[in-house]
This record gives sequence, C-alpha cells and structure tokens, in this order.
Amino acid sequence: MNALRRNVLKGATGASAVVVAVAAGLLKPTQVLADWNKAAFEAKNVGDAMKGMGVSGPADSKDISIKAPDIAENGAVVPVEISSAIPGTTSIAIFAEKNATPLLADFKLLDGTQGYISTRIKMGATALVRAVVTAGGKSYTAAKEVKVTIGGCGG
Amino acid sequence: MAEPMKIRAKMEGDVADIKVLFNHVMETGQRKDAKTGQLIPALFIQDVTATINGATVLTANWGTGISKNPLVGFKVKGAKSGDKVSVSWVDNTGDKRTDEATIS
Repeated sequence: MNALRRNVLKGATGASAVVVAVAAGLLKPTQVLADWNKAAFEAKNVGDAMKGMGVSGPADSKDISIKAPDIAENGAVVPVEISSAIPGTTSIAIFAEKNATPLLADFKLLDGTQGYISTRIKMGATALVRAVVTAGGKSYTAAKEVKVTIGGCGG
Repeated sequence: MAEPMKIRAKMEGDVADIKVLFNHVMETGQRKDAKTGQLIPALFIQDVTATINGATVLTANWGTGISKNPLVGFKVKGAKSGDKVSVSWVDNTGDKRTDEATIS
C-alpha cells in the first residue's frame, strides 16, 4: 500500500497507478452498485420485475426443478434449491410471487458453473416460488407453491 | 462491521461443490423497531462475485428477499482440488468483504 502511495505522490507515475488501481478493482464499489438492477429489484409485482430484467413470456419448462418445502413454518428462512437441466444455462433468477418486491436474486453462471443454485429466501406469504432460467438467449420458467405459516418480511 | 464468511469447497467427482455462508443482517427496510415504531433502514447485500483461481464463475445481484446470514451453494465443473475460491460481496451502503478458501 505504501509503495502505491509513493507512486501516486510521484505525479506522472501517479496517473498510471490510479488507472491500475481501477483496473485491479480497488476502486470498484460504486461501479458495482451501478450495475444493480434497481427497476427489477424494486418492482412490486412479478410482471414488472421481469420487464425490468428484460425477460418477456418465459416458456414453461420441465427441465427446471425447484426443491423447496411444501409448508414452510418460518417464512424468514425457506431453503430453496434450483436445478436446470437445460444445456447452456447462463442465469437463474428467483422470485417469490407475493413478496412486496418479488425478485429475490439473479445469479449469473459463468465458466463451468453448473445449472444449480441453493439458497435460503424470505417469503411474506404463501405463494409460488418461481425460477426464471436463461439459456442460449431464451428464457424458461417453472414454479412451485410454498405454504407459509409465519411470514418473514415485515412485522 | 463486515464479518467473515464461511466457505466450504470440496470436489465431488469432477465438480466442485461450493457452499458459502455469509454473515449479514439482510435488513429489508420493512421491519419496524419494536421500541420506537420506526422503520429499520434496509441493509442488504446487493452484489456477490465468486472466482476460482481468479476466473469469475458466479456473479449475483440480490434484493432484500434473501434470508439473514445468507447461504449459497453452487457447483463448478472443471475446478480441481487445491484451486483457490474467492468470494466477495458489497451491500447497499457500500460495505464489503472478501474471503478465500481452497478446494479440498
């Protein structure tokens, strides 16, 4: 860090050091936050959220499986596992249709990562958990109902 | 503020099974403080990146609907024992954290 600081102070070399710092990701946070899809994540219903992501009319697919409990006692922690057997799966997005903001997460799978994501989600009420998978530029979807005894969003 | 993650990565055949337990409150911004009745401001992870030996294998954007202390599992083909897994997150206040583990 000290070496970097010396370089910055040296003027001419300093300019290139800053460029290197940006390239190395040291100054990245604001840039990363700008990538966050505000329109989609703050949408109040599934239709608007999908529109925000640029997804329209995903085809139902039997190649997507959603593993989630039929009844979740605690909506604050609902384990969900999504597997896509569709070749070339590049992204998996997860929605809880009755949540205040239905889009929960958008995972991009790169470089050898399989069509599989497991995580834990919050659900405000009994609803369909929906997965939207992108493969080869097309969108596919599947859903599973999870009954929620105690909601886990507000309160 | 940012607490360490727990990363477990092990080979199952030719696929690396990676599980990451994040340490974060994931506050939705919809809950009210029981004492004051005021809304607790949202505080949640927005951006996640995972790399293996420097190559990005997974990126994710999250909303507020991921559970407190998030757990994420994913599988990477072509990784091998000894490879370095690195996971980073940034939350909506700009707080961030990176942790590393080795695939066993």
